[in-house]
Amino acid sequence: MHHIQMRLQRSDFDLSVDVQLPSQGIAVIYGASGSGKTTLLRCVAGLEKQAQGRIEIAGEVWQDDALGIYKAVYQRPLGYVFQEASLFDHLDVQANLQFGLKRSHNPQPQVLEQAVSLLGIGALLKRKPHQLSGGERQRVAIARALATQPTLLLLDEPLASLDQARRQDILPWLEKMRDELHVPMLYVSHAADEVARLADTLVVMQNGRIQAVGPVAQVLTSVRVPLSVGDDAGALISGQVTQRDERWQLACIGFDGGQFWVPDTGLVAGQSVRVRVLARDVSLSLSVASQTSIQNIVPCVIESLGADQHPSQALIKLRCASTSLLARVTARAVADLGLTVGLQVWAQVKSVALVK
Amino acid sequence: MNLSTQDLMAIELTLELAGLTTLILLLIATPLAWWLAQTRSIWRMPVASVLSLPLVLPPTVLGFYLLIALGPHGPLGQFTNWLGWGTLAFSFTGLVIASVIYSLPFALQPLVHAFESLGPRPLEVAATLRAHPLDAFFSVALPMASSGLITAAILSFAHTVGEFGVVLMIGGNIPDKTRVVSTQIYGHVEALEYAQAHSLSAAMLVFSFVVLMALAALRRTSNRTVL
Repeated sequence: MHHIQMRLQRSDFDLSVDVQLPSQGIAVIYGASGSGKTTLLRCVAGLEKQAQGRIEIAGEVWQDDALGIYKAVYQRPLGYVFQEASLFDHLDVQANLQFGLKRSHNPQPQVLEQAVSLLGIGALLKRKPHQLSGGERQRVAIARALATQPTLLLLDEPLASLDQARRQDILPWLEKMRDELHVPMLYVSHAADEVARLADTLVVMQNGRIQAVGPVAQVLTSVRVPLSVGDDAGALISGQVTQRDERWQLACIGFDGGQFWVPDTGLVAGQSVRVRVLARDVSLSLSVASQTSIQNIVPCVIESLGADQHPSQALIKLRCASTSLLARVTARAVADLGLTVGLQVWAQVKSVALVK
Repeated sequence: MNLSTQDLMAIELTLELAGLTTLILLLIATPLAWWLAQTRSIWRMPVASVLSLPLVLPPTVLGFYLLIALGPHGPLGQFTNWLGWGTLAFSFTGLVIASVIYSLPFALQPLVHAFESLGPRPLEVAATLRAHPLDAFFSVALPMASSGLITAAILSFAHTVGEFGVVLMIGGNIPDKTRVVSTQIYGHVEALEYAQAHSLSAAMLVFSFVVLMALAALRRTSNRTVL
Protein backbone atom coordinates (compact mmCIF):
# COMPACT_ATOMS: atom_id res chain seq x y z
CA MET A 1 0.00 0.00 0.00
CA HIS A 2 0.97 3.62 -0.50
CA HIS A 3 -0.03 5.96 2.29
CA ILE A 4 0.08 9.68 1.57
CA GLN A 5 -0.70 12.25 4.26
CA MET A 6 0.08 15.76 3.15
CA ARG A 7 -0.70 19.30 4.15
CA LEU A 8 0.38 22.32 2.19
CA GLN A 9 -0.80 25.84 2.85
CA ARG A 10 -0.41 28.70 0.45
CA SER A 11 -2.02 32.10 0.54
CA ASP A 12 -4.54 31.21 -2.17
CA PHE A 13 -4.79 27.45 -1.80
CA ASP A 14 -4.53 24.72 0.74
CA LEU A 15 -4.07 21.04 0.25
CA SER A 16 -5.00 18.49 2.86
CA VAL A 17 -4.88 14.87 1.87
CA ASP A 18 -4.83 11.52 3.65
CA VAL A 19 -5.16 8.64 1.25
CA GLN A 20 -4.18 5.00 0.97
CA LEU A 21 -3.67 3.53 -2.47
CA PRO A 22 -2.91 0.02 -3.66
CA SER A 23 0.73 -0.32 -4.69
CA GLN A 24 -0.27 -2.08 -7.92
CA GLY A 25 -1.71 -0.67 -11.12
CA ILE A 26 -2.55 2.87 -12.15
CA ALA A 27 -4.14 5.29 -9.73
CA VAL A 28 -5.61 8.22 -11.64
CA ILE A 29 -5.95 11.49 -9.73
CA TYR A 30 -8.89 13.19 -11.36
CA GLY A 31 -10.21 16.69 -10.86
CA ALA A 32 -10.80 20.07 -12.40
CA SER A 33 -7.85 22.39 -12.91
CA GLY A 34 -6.99 24.09 -9.65
CA SER A 35 -8.21 21.12 -7.60
CA GLY A 36 -4.69 20.43 -6.38
CA LYS A 37 -3.93 17.22 -8.25
CA THR A 38 -0.61 18.40 -9.69
CA THR A 39 0.37 19.87 -6.31
CA LEU A 40 -0.34 16.50 -4.68
CA LEU A 41 1.88 14.79 -7.24
CA ARG A 42 4.66 17.33 -6.62
CA CYS A 43 4.35 16.75 -2.87
CA VAL A 44 4.83 13.01 -3.36
CA ALA A 45 7.93 13.72 -5.47
CA GLY A 46 9.32 16.13 -2.87
CA LEU A 47 9.19 19.08 -5.25
CA GLU A 48 7.04 21.09 -2.81
CA LYS A 49 9.42 21.77 0.04
CA GLN A 50 6.84 23.41 2.30
CA ALA A 51 4.55 20.36 2.28
CA GLN A 52 4.29 18.66 5.66
CA GLY A 53 3.15 15.15 6.46
CA ARG A 54 4.06 11.58 5.80
CA ILE A 55 4.62 9.64 2.60
CA GLU A 56 5.03 5.89 2.59
CA ILE A 57 5.42 4.27 -0.80
CA ALA A 58 5.38 0.48 -1.08
CA GLY A 59 6.51 0.12 2.53
CA GLU A 60 9.30 2.69 2.27
CA VAL A 61 9.00 5.99 4.15
CA TRP A 62 9.98 8.90 1.90
CA GLN A 63 8.95 11.62 4.30
CA ASP A 64 7.78 11.74 7.90
CA ASP A 65 8.03 15.20 9.39
CA ALA A 66 6.97 13.93 12.83
CA LEU A 67 10.03 11.65 12.86
CA GLY A 68 12.29 14.05 11.02
CA ILE A 69 12.60 11.81 7.96
CA TYR A 70 12.93 13.64 4.67
CA LYS A 71 14.34 12.21 1.48
CA ALA A 72 15.25 14.85 -1.07
CA VAL A 73 13.81 14.48 -4.56
CA TYR A 74 16.94 12.87 -5.95
CA GLN A 75 16.91 10.26 -3.17
CA ARG A 76 13.35 9.11 -3.85
CA PRO A 77 13.10 6.09 -6.18
CA LEU A 78 10.53 7.70 -8.44
CA GLY A 79 10.05 8.58 -12.04
CA TYR A 80 8.33 11.81 -13.02
CA VAL A 81 6.85 12.74 -16.37
CA PHE A 82 6.00 16.42 -16.57
CA GLN A 83 3.05 17.90 -18.41
CA GLU A 84 5.10 19.56 -21.12
CA ALA A 85 8.14 18.17 -22.81
CA SER A 86 10.98 18.36 -20.32
CA LEU A 87 13.85 16.82 -22.25
CA PHE A 88 17.26 18.40 -21.84
CA ASP A 89 17.77 20.43 -25.02
CA HIS A 90 21.55 20.23 -24.88
CA LEU A 91 21.54 16.42 -25.01
CA ASP A 92 20.39 14.09 -27.76
CA VAL A 93 17.71 11.47 -27.13
CA GLN A 94 20.25 8.80 -26.22
CA ALA A 95 21.97 11.04 -23.65
CA ASN A 96 18.61 12.10 -22.25
CA LEU A 97 17.67 8.44 -21.77
CA GLN A 98 21.05 7.68 -20.17
CA PHE A 99 20.83 10.63 -17.77
CA GLY A 100 18.78 8.91 -15.10
CA LEU A 101 20.11 5.43 -15.81
CA LYS A 102 23.69 6.52 -15.12
CA ARG A 103 22.65 7.97 -11.79
CA SER A 104 20.51 5.13 -10.48
CA HIS A 105 21.99 2.97 -7.75
CA ASN A 106 21.70 -0.26 -9.61
CA PRO A 107 21.75 0.63 -13.31
CA GLN A 108 20.14 -2.00 -15.51
CA PRO A 109 20.75 -1.11 -19.17
CA GLN A 110 18.29 -3.81 -20.29
CA VAL A 111 15.49 -1.92 -18.53
CA LEU A 112 16.20 1.05 -20.78
CA GLU A 113 16.35 -1.20 -23.86
CA GLN A 114 13.00 -2.66 -22.85
CA ALA A 115 11.49 0.81 -22.38
CA VAL A 116 12.91 2.00 -25.71
CA SER A 117 11.39 -0.91 -27.61
CA LEU A 118 8.12 -0.80 -25.69
CA LEU A 119 7.69 2.91 -26.46
CA GLY A 120 8.92 2.54 -30.04
CA ILE A 121 11.63 5.22 -29.92
CA GLY A 122 14.58 3.14 -31.11
CA ALA A 123 14.86 5.12 -34.34
CA LEU A 124 15.08 8.47 -32.56
CA LEU A 125 18.17 7.94 -30.40
CA LYS A 126 20.51 10.21 -32.38
CA ARG A 127 18.08 13.11 -32.67
CA LYS A 128 17.99 16.28 -30.64
CA PRO A 129 14.81 17.07 -28.69
CA HIS A 130 13.85 19.95 -31.01
CA GLN A 131 13.78 17.49 -33.93
CA LEU A 132 11.04 15.42 -32.28
CA SER A 133 7.26 15.79 -32.43
CA GLY A 134 5.36 16.47 -29.22
CA GLY A 135 4.26 12.86 -28.94
CA GLU A 136 7.76 11.52 -29.54
CA ARG A 137 9.15 13.86 -26.90
CA GLN A 138 6.69 12.62 -24.31
CA ARG A 139 7.50 8.99 -25.17
CA VAL A 140 11.21 9.72 -24.69
CA ALA A 141 10.45 11.44 -21.37
CA ILE A 142 8.46 8.40 -20.24
CA ALA A 143 11.23 5.98 -21.28
CA ARG A 144 13.81 8.17 -19.52
CA ALA A 145 11.78 7.97 -16.30
CA LEU A 146 11.27 4.20 -16.66
CA ALA A 147 15.01 3.61 -17.11
CA THR A 148 15.65 4.49 -13.46
CA GLN A 149 13.41 1.58 -12.41
CA PRO A 150 11.14 3.71 -10.26
CA THR A 151 9.16 2.21 -7.40
CA LEU A 152 6.44 4.61 -8.46
CA LEU A 153 6.00 6.45 -11.74
CA LEU A 154 4.37 9.88 -11.39
CA LEU A 155 2.75 11.30 -14.51
CA ASP A 156 1.39 14.84 -14.57
CA GLU A 157 -1.11 15.05 -17.43
CA PRO A 158 1.49 13.68 -19.85
CA LEU A 159 -0.94 13.98 -22.77
CA ALA A 160 -2.34 17.42 -22.01
CA SER A 161 0.05 19.25 -24.31
CA LEU A 162 -0.76 16.98 -27.27
CA ASP A 163 -3.54 17.15 -29.81
CA GLN A 164 -6.23 14.48 -29.98
CA ALA A 165 -4.47 12.38 -32.64
CA ARG A 166 -1.17 12.38 -30.72
CA ARG A 167 -2.98 11.42 -27.53
CA GLN A 168 -4.48 8.43 -29.27
CA ASP A 169 -0.92 7.52 -30.32
CA ILE A 170 0.37 7.45 -26.76
CA LEU A 171 -2.54 5.94 -24.81
CA PRO A 172 -1.85 2.40 -26.11
CA TRP A 173 1.79 2.73 -24.96
CA LEU A 174 0.62 3.62 -21.46
CA GLU A 175 -1.72 0.61 -21.48
CA LYS A 176 1.19 -1.59 -22.54
CA MET A 177 3.29 -0.21 -19.71
CA ARG A 178 0.55 -1.08 -17.25
CA ASP A 179 -0.03 -4.55 -18.64
CA GLU A 180 3.54 -5.60 -19.51
CA LEU A 181 5.91 -3.77 -17.18
CA HIS A 182 3.60 -3.65 -14.15
CA VAL A 183 5.00 -0.27 -13.13
CA PRO A 184 2.82 1.27 -10.44
CA MET A 185 1.72 4.72 -11.56
CA LEU A 186 0.17 7.80 -10.07
CA TYR A 187 -1.44 9.54 -13.03
CA VAL A 188 -2.87 13.05 -12.92
CA SER A 189 -5.59 13.69 -15.48
CA HIS A 190 -8.68 15.67 -16.20
CA ALA A 191 -9.61 13.72 -19.33
CA ALA A 192 -12.45 11.21 -19.16
CA ASP A 193 -11.00 8.86 -21.76
CA GLU A 194 -7.75 8.53 -19.82
CA VAL A 195 -9.69 7.63 -16.67
CA ALA A 196 -11.81 5.06 -18.53
CA ARG A 197 -8.85 3.43 -20.26
CA LEU A 198 -6.11 3.56 -17.66
CA ALA A 199 -7.48 3.81 -14.14
CA ASP A 200 -7.49 0.88 -11.77
CA THR A 201 -7.95 3.15 -8.79
CA LEU A 202 -9.64 6.52 -9.06
CA VAL A 203 -8.90 9.45 -6.76
CA VAL A 204 -11.27 12.38 -7.19
CA MET A 205 -10.01 15.75 -5.97
CA GLN A 206 -11.73 19.07 -5.43
CA ASN A 207 -10.41 22.24 -3.78
CA GLY A 208 -7.34 20.51 -2.37
CA ARG A 209 -9.37 17.72 -0.76
CA ILE A 210 -10.00 14.13 -1.78
CA GLN A 211 -13.65 13.64 -2.59
CA ALA A 212 -13.66 9.96 -3.37
CA VAL A 213 -11.17 7.16 -3.71
CA GLY A 214 -11.50 3.50 -4.62
CA PRO A 215 -11.56 1.01 -7.46
CA VAL A 216 -12.55 2.91 -10.58
CA ALA A 217 -15.79 0.98 -11.26
CA GLN A 218 -16.90 1.59 -7.69
CA VAL A 219 -16.11 5.31 -7.59
CA LEU A 220 -17.75 5.98 -10.95
CA THR A 221 -21.03 4.35 -9.86
CA SER A 222 -21.18 5.96 -6.44
CA VAL A 223 -24.39 8.01 -6.36
CA ARG A 224 -23.16 10.05 -3.38
CA VAL A 225 -20.33 11.64 -5.29
CA PRO A 226 -21.87 14.01 -7.80
CA LEU A 227 -19.28 13.01 -10.30
CA SER A 228 -19.55 12.61 -13.96
CA VAL A 229 -16.35 11.84 -15.73
CA GLY A 230 -16.68 13.35 -19.15
CA ASP A 231 -20.08 13.99 -20.66
CA ASP A 232 -22.16 11.91 -18.30
CA ALA A 233 -22.29 9.65 -15.28
CA GLY A 234 -21.94 5.98 -16.05
CA ALA A 235 -20.45 2.65 -15.10
CA LEU A 236 -17.15 1.16 -16.19
CA ILE A 237 -17.20 -2.62 -16.46
CA SER A 238 -14.29 -4.98 -17.06
CA GLY A 239 -14.96 -8.23 -18.84
CA GLN A 240 -13.74 -10.78 -21.38
CA VAL A 241 -14.86 -11.51 -24.89
CA THR A 242 -16.63 -14.88 -24.49
CA GLN A 243 -18.00 -15.49 -27.98
CA ARG A 244 -18.59 -13.86 -31.34
CA ASP A 245 -21.66 -13.93 -33.52
CA GLU A 246 -20.25 -13.87 -37.03
CA ARG A 247 -23.61 -13.60 -38.72
CA TRP A 248 -24.69 -10.42 -36.94
CA GLN A 249 -21.18 -9.04 -36.41
CA LEU A 250 -21.60 -8.99 -32.65
CA ALA A 251 -19.27 -9.93 -29.83
CA CYS A 252 -20.37 -11.08 -26.41
CA ILE A 253 -18.62 -9.62 -23.40
CA GLY A 254 -19.05 -11.58 -20.21
CA PHE A 255 -18.65 -10.01 -16.80
CA ASP A 256 -19.48 -10.99 -13.27
CA GLY A 257 -23.28 -11.04 -13.24
CA GLY A 258 -24.14 -11.03 -16.91
CA GLN A 259 -23.13 -10.33 -20.47
CA PHE A 260 -23.42 -7.62 -23.10
CA TRP A 261 -23.55 -7.92 -26.87
CA VAL A 262 -21.53 -5.20 -28.55
CA PRO A 263 -20.66 -4.47 -32.19
CA ASP A 264 -17.70 -6.67 -33.13
CA THR A 265 -14.86 -4.33 -34.09
CA GLY A 266 -12.36 -7.12 -34.55
CA LEU A 267 -12.27 -8.45 -31.03
CA VAL A 268 -10.59 -11.73 -30.15
CA ALA A 269 -12.20 -14.35 -27.91
CA GLY A 270 -10.62 -14.24 -24.46
CA GLN A 271 -9.50 -10.63 -24.82
CA SER A 272 -9.91 -8.39 -21.77
CA VAL A 273 -11.90 -5.26 -22.47
CA ARG A 274 -13.51 -2.40 -20.64
CA VAL A 275 -16.94 -1.13 -21.53
CA ARG A 276 -18.71 2.00 -20.44
CA VAL A 277 -22.45 2.12 -19.84
CA LEU A 278 -23.84 5.60 -19.37
CA ALA A 279 -26.59 6.10 -16.80
CA ARG A 280 -28.82 7.77 -19.39
CA ASP A 281 -28.71 4.62 -21.57
CA VAL A 282 -30.07 2.36 -18.83
CA SER A 283 -33.82 2.02 -18.17
CA LEU A 284 -35.50 -0.22 -15.61
CA SER A 285 -38.43 -2.59 -15.71
CA LEU A 286 -40.00 -4.77 -13.01
CA SER A 287 -40.40 -7.78 -15.28
CA VAL A 288 -38.29 -9.06 -18.09
CA ALA A 289 -39.60 -7.50 -21.26
CA SER A 290 -40.07 -10.01 -24.06
CA GLN A 291 -41.05 -7.92 -27.04
CA THR A 292 -38.32 -5.33 -27.10
CA SER A 293 -35.53 -4.30 -29.38
CA ILE A 294 -33.16 -4.01 -26.45
CA GLN A 295 -30.57 -6.77 -26.68
CA ASN A 296 -28.82 -6.30 -23.36
CA ILE A 297 -31.02 -6.96 -20.36
CA VAL A 298 -29.38 -7.67 -17.01
CA PRO A 299 -31.10 -8.72 -13.76
CA CYS A 300 -30.07 -6.39 -10.93
CA VAL A 301 -30.89 -5.35 -7.40
CA ILE A 302 -31.30 -1.69 -6.49
CA GLU A 303 -28.49 -0.77 -4.15
CA SER A 304 -29.15 2.91 -3.59
CA LEU A 305 -31.08 5.87 -4.94
CA GLY A 306 -29.71 9.37 -5.23
CA ALA A 307 -30.83 12.75 -6.45
CA ASP A 308 -29.59 13.85 -9.85
CA GLN A 309 -28.66 17.31 -11.01
CA HIS A 310 -32.25 18.17 -11.95
CA PRO A 311 -35.02 17.43 -9.39
CA SER A 312 -37.07 15.55 -12.01
CA GLN A 313 -34.33 12.94 -12.36
CA ALA A 314 -33.02 10.22 -10.07
CA LEU A 315 -29.77 8.32 -10.25
CA ILE A 316 -30.07 4.68 -9.24
CA LYS A 317 -27.17 2.41 -8.43
CA LEU A 318 -27.74 -1.20 -9.39
CA ARG A 319 -25.83 -4.28 -8.38
CA CYS A 320 -25.61 -7.46 -10.36
CA ALA A 321 -23.22 -9.88 -8.67
CA SER A 322 -20.06 -7.79 -8.08
CA THR A 323 -20.77 -5.43 -10.98
CA SER A 324 -22.28 -1.99 -10.49
CA LEU A 325 -24.45 -0.12 -12.98
CA LEU A 326 -25.98 3.33 -12.91
CA ALA A 327 -29.43 4.17 -14.28
CA ARG A 328 -30.94 7.58 -14.74
CA VAL A 329 -34.73 7.58 -14.58
CA THR A 330 -37.34 10.22 -13.78
CA ALA A 331 -38.37 10.73 -10.18
CA ARG A 332 -41.94 10.04 -11.29
CA ALA A 333 -40.93 6.60 -12.54
CA VAL A 334 -39.34 5.88 -9.17
CA ALA A 335 -42.65 6.69 -7.48
CA ASP A 336 -44.90 4.92 -10.05
CA LEU A 337 -42.90 1.69 -10.02
CA GLY A 338 -42.21 1.88 -6.27
CA LEU A 339 -38.47 1.56 -6.77
CA THR A 340 -36.73 1.06 -3.42
CA VAL A 341 -33.47 -0.34 -2.16
CA GLY A 342 -33.34 -4.13 -2.39
CA LEU A 343 -35.94 -4.43 -5.17
CA GLN A 344 -35.21 -6.85 -8.01
CA VAL A 345 -35.33 -5.10 -11.39
CA TRP A 346 -34.25 -5.62 -14.98
CA ALA A 347 -31.78 -3.16 -16.40
CA GLN A 348 -32.35 -2.56 -20.09
CA VAL A 349 -29.18 -1.26 -21.60
CA LYS A 350 -29.63 0.70 -24.79
CA SER A 351 -26.00 1.27 -25.57
CA VAL A 352 -22.64 -0.15 -24.50
CA ALA A 353 -19.41 1.54 -25.55
CA LEU A 354 -16.12 -0.28 -25.78
CA VAL A 355 -13.43 1.85 -24.16
CA LYS A 356 -10.87 2.53 -26.85
CA MET B 1 51.32 49.19 -39.33
CA ASN B 2 54.48 50.24 -37.55
CA LEU B 3 54.22 48.94 -34.03
CA SER B 4 57.23 49.55 -31.80
CA THR B 5 58.54 47.04 -29.29
CA GLN B 6 56.85 49.11 -26.61
CA ASP B 7 53.55 48.85 -28.48
CA LEU B 8 53.90 45.08 -28.82
CA MET B 9 54.72 44.83 -25.14
CA ALA B 10 51.60 46.81 -24.32
CA ILE B 11 49.51 44.53 -26.54
CA GLU B 12 50.96 41.43 -24.94
CA LEU B 13 50.34 42.81 -21.45
CA THR B 14 46.78 43.78 -22.39
CA LEU B 15 45.98 40.29 -23.67
CA GLU B 16 47.56 38.76 -20.57
CA LEU B 17 45.55 41.03 -18.29
CA ALA B 18 42.29 40.49 -20.16
CA GLY B 19 42.78 36.71 -20.33
CA LEU B 20 43.57 36.35 -16.66
CA THR B 21 40.76 38.71 -15.65
CA THR B 22 38.26 36.76 -17.78
CA LEU B 23 39.31 33.46 -16.26
CA ILE B 24 39.04 34.76 -12.70
CA LEU B 25 35.74 36.48 -13.47
CA LEU B 26 34.13 33.31 -14.81
CA LEU B 27 35.17 31.45 -11.67
CA ILE B 28 33.79 34.17 -9.40
CA ALA B 29 30.77 35.31 -11.39
CA THR B 30 29.30 31.87 -12.15
CA PRO B 31 28.52 30.90 -8.53
CA LEU B 32 27.54 34.52 -7.76
CA ALA B 33 25.17 34.62 -10.73
CA TRP B 34 23.72 31.25 -9.73
CA TRP B 35 23.05 32.55 -6.24
CA LEU B 36 21.48 35.76 -7.59
CA ALA B 37 19.27 33.81 -9.99
CA GLN B 38 18.10 31.30 -7.38
CA THR B 39 17.86 33.14 -4.08
CA ARG B 40 14.80 34.76 -2.59
CA SER B 41 16.89 36.29 0.20
CA ILE B 42 16.31 39.93 1.19
CA TRP B 43 20.03 40.43 0.51
CA ARG B 44 19.60 39.79 -3.20
CA MET B 45 18.76 43.41 -4.11
CA PRO B 46 21.52 45.13 -2.10
CA VAL B 47 24.12 42.60 -3.21
CA ALA B 48 23.07 42.92 -6.86
CA SER B 49 23.26 46.70 -6.59
CA VAL B 50 26.73 46.71 -5.05
CA LEU B 51 27.98 44.29 -7.69
CA SER B 52 26.58 46.54 -10.42
CA LEU B 53 28.23 49.71 -9.05
CA PRO B 54 31.14 49.53 -11.52
CA LEU B 55 28.58 50.06 -14.29
CA VAL B 56 27.77 53.58 -13.15
CA LEU B 57 30.79 54.74 -11.13
CA PRO B 58 33.37 56.79 -13.04
CA PRO B 59 36.39 54.49 -13.51
CA THR B 60 38.56 57.09 -11.81
CA VAL B 61 36.43 56.92 -8.66
CA LEU B 62 36.71 53.16 -8.56
CA GLY B 63 40.44 53.40 -9.28
CA PHE B 64 40.89 55.99 -6.55
CA TYR B 65 39.24 53.84 -3.86
CA LEU B 66 41.18 50.79 -4.97
CA LEU B 67 44.40 52.78 -4.88
CA ILE B 68 43.64 53.82 -1.31
CA ALA B 69 42.68 50.29 -0.29
CA LEU B 70 45.64 48.58 -1.94
CA GLY B 71 48.17 51.27 -1.02
CA PRO B 72 50.59 50.93 1.93
CA HIS B 73 48.13 52.58 4.37
CA GLY B 74 44.97 50.89 3.05
CA PRO B 75 43.48 47.83 4.76
CA LEU B 76 44.28 45.53 1.83
CA GLY B 77 47.73 47.02 1.40
CA GLN B 78 48.55 46.45 5.08
CA PHE B 79 47.25 42.90 4.78
CA THR B 80 49.37 42.11 1.71
CA ASN B 81 52.36 43.76 3.38
CA TRP B 82 51.81 41.57 6.41
CA LEU B 83 51.73 38.54 4.10
CA GLY B 84 55.06 39.67 2.72
CA TRP B 85 53.70 40.40 -0.78
CA GLY B 86 54.35 44.12 -0.60
CA THR B 87 51.72 46.56 -1.75
CA LEU B 88 49.78 45.75 -4.90
CA ALA B 89 49.25 49.27 -6.15
CA PHE B 90 51.25 49.95 -9.34
CA SER B 91 51.72 46.21 -9.94
CA PHE B 92 50.28 43.75 -12.44
CA THR B 93 48.51 41.86 -9.63
CA GLY B 94 46.86 45.07 -8.50
CA LEU B 95 45.79 45.69 -12.07
CA VAL B 96 44.20 42.23 -12.27
CA ILE B 97 42.31 42.80 -9.01
CA ALA B 98 41.06 46.17 -10.23
CA SER B 99 40.04 44.75 -13.62
CA VAL B 100 38.13 41.90 -12.00
CA ILE B 101 36.12 44.33 -9.89
CA TYR B 102 35.65 46.77 -12.76
CA SER B 103 34.40 44.14 -15.26
CA LEU B 104 32.39 42.04 -12.78
CA PRO B 105 28.96 43.36 -13.86
CA PHE B 106 29.73 42.50 -17.48
CA ALA B 107 30.35 38.88 -16.54
CA LEU B 108 27.54 38.75 -14.03
CA GLN B 109 24.62 40.07 -16.03
CA PRO B 110 24.60 37.64 -18.97
CA LEU B 111 25.09 34.76 -16.53
CA VAL B 112 22.26 35.83 -14.21
CA HIS B 113 20.01 36.28 -17.23
CA ALA B 114 20.93 32.88 -18.64
CA PHE B 115 20.33 31.12 -15.32
CA GLU B 116 17.05 32.95 -14.75
CA SER B 117 15.74 32.08 -18.19
CA LEU B 118 16.32 28.39 -17.46
CA GLY B 119 13.51 28.45 -14.90
CA PRO B 120 13.19 25.83 -12.19
CA ARG B 121 11.97 23.02 -14.46
CA PRO B 122 15.27 21.57 -15.83
CA LEU B 123 16.63 21.26 -12.30
CA GLU B 124 13.43 19.62 -11.08
CA VAL B 125 13.67 17.16 -13.95
CA ALA B 126 17.31 16.45 -13.09
CA ALA B 127 16.38 15.85 -9.44
CA THR B 128 13.69 13.34 -10.41
CA LEU B 129 16.38 11.56 -12.43
CA ARG B 130 18.50 11.10 -9.29
CA ALA B 131 20.86 14.04 -9.87
CA HIS B 132 22.28 15.66 -6.72
CA PRO B 133 21.85 19.48 -6.85
CA LEU B 134 25.58 20.01 -7.50
CA ASP B 135 25.52 17.34 -10.20
CA ALA B 136 22.46 19.02 -11.74
CA PHE B 137 24.28 22.36 -11.76
CA PHE B 138 27.24 20.99 -13.72
CA SER B 139 25.38 18.55 -15.97
CA VAL B 140 22.25 20.59 -16.71
CA ALA B 141 22.31 24.25 -15.62
CA LEU B 142 25.81 25.10 -16.84
CA PRO B 143 25.54 23.45 -20.30
CA MET B 144 22.06 24.93 -20.83
CA ALA B 145 23.41 28.37 -19.90
CA SER B 146 26.46 27.98 -22.12
CA SER B 147 25.52 30.91 -24.38
CA GLY B 148 25.42 33.15 -21.31
CA LEU B 149 28.80 31.81 -20.27
CA ILE B 150 30.34 32.61 -23.64
CA THR B 151 28.77 36.07 -23.71
CA ALA B 152 30.11 36.74 -20.21
CA ALA B 153 33.61 35.70 -21.31
CA ILE B 154 33.58 37.85 -24.45
CA LEU B 155 32.22 40.91 -22.64
CA SER B 156 34.67 40.56 -19.74
CA PHE B 157 37.60 40.22 -22.11
CA ALA B 158 36.54 43.12 -24.31
CA HIS B 159 35.71 45.39 -21.41
CA THR B 160 39.05 44.72 -19.75
CA VAL B 161 40.90 45.47 -22.98
CA GLY B 162 39.04 48.78 -23.20
CA GLU B 163 39.55 50.05 -19.66
CA PHE B 164 41.60 53.17 -19.13
CA GLY B 165 40.73 55.19 -16.05
CA VAL B 166 41.07 52.39 -13.54
CA VAL B 167 44.32 51.25 -15.13
CA LEU B 168 45.79 54.68 -14.96
CA MET B 169 44.81 55.16 -11.32
CA ILE B 170 45.85 51.78 -9.94
CA GLY B 171 48.57 50.76 -12.35
CA GLY B 172 50.28 54.00 -13.19
CA ASN B 173 51.84 53.67 -16.59
CA ILE B 174 54.89 51.51 -16.03
CA PRO B 175 56.26 49.96 -19.25
CA ASP B 176 56.11 46.14 -19.33
CA LYS B 177 54.39 46.10 -15.94
CA THR B 178 51.20 48.09 -16.10
CA ARG B 179 51.25 49.87 -19.45
CA VAL B 180 48.40 48.46 -21.54
CA VAL B 181 47.22 49.41 -25.03
CA SER B 182 44.82 52.12 -23.92
CA THR B 183 47.42 53.91 -21.78
CA GLN B 184 50.02 53.42 -24.50
CA ILE B 185 47.77 55.20 -27.00
CA TYR B 186 47.29 57.99 -24.48
CA GLY B 187 51.09 58.21 -24.13
CA HIS B 188 51.57 58.39 -27.90
CA VAL B 189 49.06 61.20 -28.19
CA GLU B 190 50.63 63.12 -25.33
CA ALA B 191 54.00 62.75 -27.05
CA LEU B 192 52.36 63.83 -30.35
CA GLU B 193 53.27 60.45 -31.97
CA TYR B 194 50.08 60.40 -34.02
CA ALA B 195 51.17 57.72 -36.50
CA GLN B 196 51.76 55.23 -33.73
CA ALA B 197 48.55 56.22 -31.97
CA HIS B 198 46.78 55.56 -35.28
CA SER B 199 48.21 52.07 -35.64
CA LEU B 200 47.27 50.98 -32.14
CA SER B 201 43.87 52.64 -32.34
CA ALA B 202 43.11 50.93 -35.65
CA ALA B 203 44.05 47.59 -34.08
CA MET B 204 41.64 48.29 -31.22
CA LEU B 205 38.91 49.26 -33.67
CA VAL B 206 39.25 45.99 -35.58
CA PHE B 207 39.31 44.06 -32.34
CA SER B 208 36.09 45.70 -31.09
CA PHE B 209 34.36 45.05 -34.40
CA VAL B 210 35.32 41.37 -34.32
CA VAL B 211 34.00 41.05 -30.75
CA LEU B 212 30.64 42.55 -31.68
CA MET B 213 30.39 40.31 -34.75
CA ALA B 214 31.14 37.28 -32.61
CA LEU B 215 28.42 38.26 -30.14
CA ALA B 216 25.87 38.76 -32.91
CA ALA B 217 26.72 35.40 -34.46
CA LEU B 218 26.43 33.75 -31.08
CA ARG B 219 23.04 35.29 -30.47
CA ARG B 220 21.79 33.96 -33.78
CA THR B 221 22.97 30.40 -33.17
CA SER B 222 21.72 30.20 -29.61
CA ASN B 223 18.40 31.68 -30.76
CA ARG B 224 18.01 33.31 -27.40
CA THR B 225 18.75 36.78 -26.11
CA VAL B 226 22.05 36.59 -24.36
CA LEU B 227 22.44 40.22 -23.42
